[in-house]
Amino acid sequence: MAQAIPAGQKWWSGGKSPFNVEYGKLMMWYFLMSDAFTFGAFLISYGSIRFATNGWPDPNEVFKAFPFVPESIHLPLVFVSLMTFILIMSSVTMVLAVAAGHRNDQKGVTKWMIPTIIGGLAFLSCQAWEWTHLHGEGAWWGLNPFLNADGTKATTNFTNFFFTITGFHGFHVFSGVIINIIMLIKNLRGDFAKRGHYLMIEKAGLYWHFVDLVWVFVFTCFYLL
Amino acid sequence: MENTQTLASHHHEPEFSTKPIWRTFWILLGITMVELLLATIHLKTGFPPKYVLNGIYLILTCAKAFYIIAEFMHLRHEIKNLIMTIAIPALLFVWFIIAFLWDGNSYKNLRNEYDPHHLEQSTIKVAPQPEAKKPGSVE
Repeated sequence: MAQAIPAGQKWWSGGKSPFNVEYGKLMMWYFLMSDAFTFGAFLISYGSIRFATNGWPDPNEVFKAFPFVPESIHLPLVFVSLMTFILIMSSVTMVLAVAAGHRNDQKGVTKWMIPTIIGGLAFLSCQAWEWTHLHGEGAWWGLNPFLNADGTKATTNFTNFFFTITGFHGFHVFSGVIINIIMLIKNLRGDFAKRGHYLMIEKAGLYWHFVDLVWVFVFTCFYLL
Repeated sequence: MENTQTLASHHHEPEFSTKPIWRTFWILLGITMVELLLATIHLKTGFPPKYVLNGIYLILTCAKAFYIIAEFMHLRHEIKNLIMTIAIPALLFVWFIIAFLWDGNSYKNLRNEYDPHHLEQSTIKVAPQPEAKKPGSVE
């Protein structure tokens, strides 16, 4: 809001973008809106099925393992907190890359894009480990070895939704890492420096933060509630 | 392309200062720590009750979402037209969530009332060793 905009500016009288952003950035916002509705549809259908079911597994009983820790030690929420921390950190380094782009600082963009990509890869590795671990316990699409919190038999909706939604989110993280790698290569080639602006970094940044935003909701819906 | 060039050169957004970025990071980290702390306390003591906790989680999640969108995605610093074109359609979620969860709950109640077999099946405790799949379970 602290922009140097004259008071009483008429945005809709023509001759300027009524949103005061570049076309591609606006379209990225609209794409993210549609993507939010896709994720929203997934999470809301998960919620309505959960509300329509008599029993449901306790997430603290299901997600309690940590790499290199014996199975007998139960650490609910610890691993997923680590994943959340990795994704938030990687979002921070992405904003710092965008900030460097604003200053036309090519080296700064490179410096902050590299940890962002590493963070994305670390998150994907964590998810790969978690999926492998759950699969080893007999959980998969259509297979649910976990009982409801009250000891009754659970439906496979639990695992179906878990793998579909975290998988869809993981695929977004994967695409985000690919986009970030392309941005890093373009930056190293000096494409943005030649162009005179780093709007592409901003658009990649918007996508990357959106992935973090979705994770906030996935984290709450699957691990906390 | 012409348009992009002009807009970029007339781009007079405020400098991204790094101070609010780190402040947002600490807020997000802090909220997540509070969530974990509450979850751990609940696991150890059973207090606060789960439904109170769920309400707290939802509020904290919305707070985190606000900070990510407003600060990291910089939406708070855009002009009002852009903020509204994003925020107003997002309000549909309020209706979606209430309507669908209400519907799910209503379906559960109706099914328990009119399908005694289903209600009975869903109260049978599973023996320690895995047993054959119950008929009608979703495969």
